[in-house]
Amino acid sequence: MDIQQLKPEDFKSNQMVRWCAGCGDHAILSSVLKALSQIGYKHEDVVFVSGIGCSSRFPYYVNTYGFHGIHGRAMAVASGVKTSNPNLSVWIITGDGDGLAIGGNHFIHLVRRDIDVNLILFNNRIYGLTKGQYSPTSKQGSVTKTSPFGTIEQPFKPGGITIGANGTFFARTIDSMPKISTEILLEAAKHKGTSITEVLQNCVIYNDQTFGDITDRDNRDDRIIMLKHGEPMIFGKNQDKGLMMKDNELHVVQLGDNGISEKDLLVHDTHTEFAGIHLLLANMDYPKYPVALGVIRACEATKSYDVKMEEQIEAIHEKSKIHTIHDLMYSGSTWEVK
Amino acid sequence: MSKQAKVIEIEEVAIRFSGDSGDGMQLTGTLFSDTSALYGNDVSTFPDYPAEIRAPQGTVGGVSGFQVHFGHTQINTPGDYCDVLVAMNPAALKANFRWVKPDGIIIYDADQFDAKNIEKAGYKGDPFLEEDVTGIQVISAPISNLTRESLKDIGLDQKSILRCKNMFALGIVSWLYDRPLEHAVNFFNTKFAKKPLLVEANIKVLYDGYYYAETIEAFTANFKVKPAEIEKGTYRSINGNAAVAWGMMAAAEKADLQLFCGSYPITPATGILEELAARKDLRVKTFQAEDEIAGICTAIGASFAGSLAVTTTSGPGLALKGEAIGLAVMIELPLVIVDVQRGGPSTGLPTKTEQSDLMQALYGRNGESPVVVMAASTPSNCFDYAYMACKIAVEHMTPVILLTDGFLANGSEPWRIPDLNDFPDIKVPRVAPDTQNWQPYARDPETLVRTWAVPGTHGMEHRLGSLEKMNITGTVSYVPENHELMSHIRENKVQKVAKDIPPLEIVGDEDAELLIIGWGGTYGHMVTALTEVRREGHKVALAQFNYIYPLPTNTREILGRFKKLLVCEINLGQFANYLRMQHPEYPYRKFNKIMGLPFTVKDLKEVILKNLED
Repeated sequence: MDIQQLKPEDFKSNQMVRWCAGCGDHAILSSVLKALSQIGYKHEDVVFVSGIGCSSRFPYYVNTYGFHGIHGRAMAVASGVKTSNPNLSVWIITGDGDGLAIGGNHFIHLVRRDIDVNLILFNNRIYGLTKGQYSPTSKQGSVTKTSPFGTIEQPFKPGGITIGANGTFFARTIDSMPKISTEILLEAAKHKGTSITEVLQNCVIYNDQTFGDITDRDNRDDRIIMLKHGEPMIFGKNQDKGLMMKDNELHVVQLGDNGISEKDLLVHDTHTEFAGIHLLLANMDYPKYPVALGVIRACEATKSYDVKMEEQIEAIHEKSKIHTIHDLMYSGSTWEVK
Repeated sequence: MSKQAKVIEIEEVAIRFSGDSGDGMQLTGTLFSDTSALYGNDVSTFPDYPAEIRAPQGTVGGVSGFQVHFGHTQINTPGDYCDVLVAMNPAALKANFRWVKPDGIIIYDADQFDAKNIEKAGYKGDPFLEEDVTGIQVISAPISNLTRESLKDIGLDQKSILRCKNMFALGIVSWLYDRPLEHAVNFFNTKFAKKPLLVEANIKVLYDGYYYAETIEAFTANFKVKPAEIEKGTYRSINGNAAVAWGMMAAAEKADLQLFCGSYPITPATGILEELAARKDLRVKTFQAEDEIAGICTAIGASFAGSLAVTTTSGPGLALKGEAIGLAVMIELPLVIVDVQRGGPSTGLPTKTEQSDLMQALYGRNGESPVVVMAASTPSNCFDYAYMACKIAVEHMTPVILLTDGFLANGSEPWRIPDLNDFPDIKVPRVAPDTQNWQPYARDPETLVRTWAVPGTHGMEHRLGSLEKMNITGTVSYVPENHELMSHIRENKVQKVAKDIPPLEIVGDEDAELLIIGWGGTYGHMVTALTEVRREGHKVALAQFNYIYPLPTNTREILGRFKKLLVCEINLGQFANYLRMQHPEYPYRKFNKIMGLPFTVKDLKEVILKNLED
């Protein structure tokens, strides 16, 4: 396969990008374009599938095959694309409303089946396109147009849902950290199975600064932790804080206190089959914990659904004597009328 | 094998096997009908079973029935009334007595007619005093006890022994109608190949039932139904669901496309998904989705990726798929949606038949959302119409809804295996690989069909979606004039399908005053009623519609030839109303039944005779 060195611009479509100025989606688009150029896909082998919502306009801005579906159903459409032709690289673009409310059922079943597609979940904790109603990830108490007195619902945690549905890959990034986003998307693309990447995305119009407490540049490093496989869980502006496991609970510790050193800290293992630790890490929330970024869970490849489907078909095709509809029609009980 | 009992030759017979859901009546009926088909009779069957898998034993709600109609002449329906009712318990009698002919035969398992079961069935005393059995030959057979006796030394537990009693009943009826037992024997040899004891038990009871009937002299004669004189060829038995699945596989093979079915189990359509799931040897891809919506959306995704994509469902599922059908209309990709209609609204009557999804199929979506709507009319022609649905969907780049119903889906009949060479080619409107500056919504000026570019094709990268599209370029457009243009294009594109469908044909008397009009699955009953009325010296004609939207181009002309138009359907008049919209210049009379059951020929004859007079 001859792969030309492509630039991010090569994956850009000629459509005018219509997101609001200052919307986090712009940065995600450029991270994705960069990742695509580095992976080395041919344009024609890539399909972007989306549902409905601000983020779901994404396919129009990428110069590959694209499918802008109906609300909540991107996961189902993409499942059909990939199982129909497993040679395609299939990307799902969805949001917290599209993917976790109306499309929540498809989301968990996509993850459960482990079809080899990559899903990017733009989480801005609000319905933007319908102009500011609360979403399944809005924090409890959020005041929005449909919750003028604050929501009384518990929010979903996308990582918890993914891991609860036996997901094999979950990662998290922030729209304003494009370099990290690109790195994570490259990992997601490599994963054989469903990859879920949650992007904490700022809606500048309807939910500005919803992640402000962790994205604010002055305090950011004390409130997020970048997880890297094989490395101890250290964070903080001065790299002096860490995570330990004690009494089946995660604890934030200060290095040096009570003789705690780096070797006492948890070491991140993205590949472990044990989902418990990944669930704890994915669900960490500020202020009790730093919010985890990076690849939190990436199980070693088994076989994805689409591959198993092809293999089953080939194995049965091989064994069977029926290879055409004619063979089928004359199989079993038939009789002759003369 | 038969002794010297009198043998009477008859033209046709209908037999209804009925018992508890767990009594194996569907199997008994199927074995009997397959045997009759193999013997050379024409056959039509009607399984009638409850939605509950195991309703309380012995109650009327739990009765499962299977009617087989076979004959020396052409058989188009499972028969309104039966010549023989096999009742395995009092509830079966209670549920089915009304279907027994006045001079029919009832064979019942006397051992199950005890006080407890009689009460459970809702009888106060002796069922044969409560029902008017005048003229009916009632034969009491201790089927349960004789089955126990037959298998007492075989080494099976009591429960397993009693499960064989349906074969005793099959044995009795097989003697009565001079049916060979080989087919049933072969069936058990294959089915229980790894359980020889069960093979032995079932076959022994079958023969014991057969010899019992021969010995007891309760029957004054046995009957012979000679093979039917039917077209030469190789035949097999097929039901509507299998025929739909096979027709779609045939279309995929002919079009050289991969068949993809995204679906969700729903009665009575599930058989299609099951049939397709079994055909991995033909490389069919089936995707059992998490719900109806995902079923159709995976199919749409597969269609985008280049498969011949189908989804299968019944009424409630069609309702859920509505929005996604609109998506398929907007993106102009091929898609076949099969709706096996059942009684509605809501969950309604899942296992019963009805024709009440017509308006939903035509109009049950938001926006101006035209799709092709067609309907199969016999179990075996489900093959032909499934094939044509695929052909039209692909060649016209449009969703097609194919309507069948519970009656066609589960009913079976002998089917002369067709030659695929006799079926028209399917031309896939793929983009020519050397096309320069391809535009996704550029169209053939005649058919208005756009071309199909599939992901993986270099240079044809494009975006489709649910937002309104600019004609030719396919980009998102909110331009008012464009929306009007596109609304007309989508409508006209579907109307142009009329050029590819055969003209409407009339059965019966061209010079009649009365045209009876049906659509879809009522054909067998309509044509039988027509034949019988004409045999009695009346003039009448039948038009049975298979293509509904668009209608055949000669519809107006045909309707105009007759003074009286009587539209018969199993709903409250949806097709009659549709014809009123399409051809308001004619007056339409209606005949409607909505009992979850097929028409009876008797009812149809009455209404035809009445309308001949009025």
